[in-house]
Amino acid sequence: MTAVDVASPAPKERRRARRSTGWAAELPQRGPRRTKAIVGLTVRSVVMWGFSIVFLLPFVWMIVSSLKRNIDVFTLPVQWIPDPIVWTNYLQVWVNGDPPMWRFFANSITVSGIGLVGDLLTSSMAGYAFARLHFTGRDRVFLLYLGTAVIPGQLLLVPRFMFFQQMGLYDTLWALILPGVFTVFGTFLMRQAFLAAPPELGEAARIDGAGEWRVFWSIYLPQVRPTLAALAIISFVGSWNDYEGPLVMLSSAQNYTVPLGLTRFIDAEGGLSGGFAMAASVSSVLPLFILFMMFQRNFVAALAHTGIK
Amino acid sequence: MAAPNLTTTLPAPGRGRSRERARPQWAGWLFITPNLIGFLAFTLVPLIAGIVISFTDWNVVSGVDGISWVGLSNFSALMSDAQFWKAMGRTFLYAGLGVPLTMLGGLALALVLNGPVVGRGVLRLIFFFPHIVNSIAIGFVWLLLLHPSNGVVNNFLRTLGVENTPSWLVSQDWSLLTIIFITSWAGMGFHCVIFLSALQSVPPELHEAAQIDGAGWWRRFTTVTWRSLMPTTTFLAIMSMIGHSQGFGLIAFLTQGGPGDSSTTLSYYMYQRGFQYYQFGYAAAIGVLNAIGVLGLTALMWRFQKGRGLYS
Repeated sequence: MTAVDVASPAPKERRRARRSTGWAAELPQRGPRRTKAIVGLTVRSVVMWGFSIVFLLPFVWMIVSSLKRNIDVFTLPVQWIPDPIVWTNYLQVWVNGDPPMWRFFANSITVSGIGLVGDLLTSSMAGYAFARLHFTGRDRVFLLYLGTAVIPGQLLLVPRFMFFQQMGLYDTLWALILPGVFTVFGTFLMRQAFLAAPPELGEAARIDGAGEWRVFWSIYLPQVRPTLAALAIISFVGSWNDYEGPLVMLSSAQNYTVPLGLTRFIDAEGGLSGGFAMAASVSSVLPLFILFMMFQRNFVAALAHTGIK
Repeated sequence: MAAPNLTTTLPAPGRGRSRERARPQWAGWLFITPNLIGFLAFTLVPLIAGIVISFTDWNVVSGVDGISWVGLSNFSALMSDAQFWKAMGRTFLYAGLGVPLTMLGGLALALVLNGPVVGRGVLRLIFFFPHIVNSIAIGFVWLLLLHPSNGVVNNFLRTLGVENTPSWLVSQDWSLLTIIFITSWAGMGFHCVIFLSALQSVPPELHEAAQIDGAGWWRRFTTVTWRSLMPTTTFLAIMSMIGHSQGFGLIAFLTQGGPGDSSTTLSYYMYQRGFQYYQFGYAAAIGVLNAIGVLGLTALMWRFQKGRGLYS
């Protein structure tokens, strides 16, 4: 499975970075081949940017409509500049919603935040032990992990639901937090990273009298920082966007996370208050959009580790 | 969750292993214990429980005390459940169209972006972006864009002179196709990015050698590019197939499996049986069969690609 390698090596990223701005340098210097190359460049660029409209336009439309009165959302032809511009949709969604958007955000931040920290901690500890410590039964336990790696997650939905119901955790955020804290995927990812860290590091530290926890925390953990960042992104994006889990585990709207909360902005008659719905949708995407813009390349590389949302 | 890099998961042969063995055993166990407890509670035990529940008659009325062993009767009931077979057929259609559409789209984008293009980095981000947007926001915007009478898409089609514009999500004939389209739209950029980095690691010498031998664009694509991409293609095909077999958010939100049952795939059917009719045993049986099917197809794809890649 080579695609997993995509994310790790820095040199490849650097090469891509150079390439992505270096189209001018790739053209032949002079002669008829240069003319041909320029024509090729133009055609490719026009086609690609034309095609990008298909990906951009729905989001542009989403933002534009979030600033319209509900009755204007469906006006045809489309008003690409809202008239009047209505910022109050956001106020409506964030403050006057029932429950308001900030509530869903608070829930999602709780779930994704605790999940992220917990996942990083338990996965890096376990990954470290599997990669760099020796103890009886290690490989047998690892085989157990391996055996579950290919099982589609949906099979776990019914038993988890029953389990949380029996534990009295149904309709609490814990039913979403707990499975996110202990992930097989994170353990594999961290194990791979620790395998790449030289074993001699730990030996040297132990000779100097460092305890096992210090060897892990101060010697090895800094070595795998890029993978920790990747796992943080994967964990956060996954739990922020999760819909099926909350749908099954939560019943009261007060506890809804953001994607589930979004569905509340279809009004009772099944009709759409388009402006509200779009304002809520824009809000739901905004945190990940900001992170995405800040950490573009890391984001893409990290998510290349996972095949599934 | 994605499969890990299976090729390198074998335990590392310890350099200086004898020395490391002298270290205390408890350290290793202490380090894995937190994760192990969670793994047992939220993955391994539920997995086994899921299989066991599929042999029982467990519904919300009977509760935990009323659980009764029914052997294979859930499975035999499924065999004569017409809805189940129709849902399975739709799942095959969903994946059979959706996976190639997403992959070919992603590959085409990657092939073009692999050449010189103005703003390549930005384009890459634009195509990738829908991958990180939650399925409800994506569903919402397409729900409005595809509104049969007032939506932007049908309005556009009408200006092109199309008379009988489809009703998309509210039409029996179009609902599943529309879901396929939206899923592929959202996933294409992810495939593009993975293909792109695979393309960039194809050694240029291979292409140059082929070119010197007089191979044209298509011939170079089939002999060098396609064969170099084989492991990546297999990886993406497997991931995408698993994704489609679990596809849920868009269907649950946009169509609830309808109109009628025209967009009910296996994963949604399982949800319906389990969490709308509270027939947990029956739902678990659907889940087990779905998992077996996915594992079988994964194994098939894996075998198919073996020996076809350039480096294998």
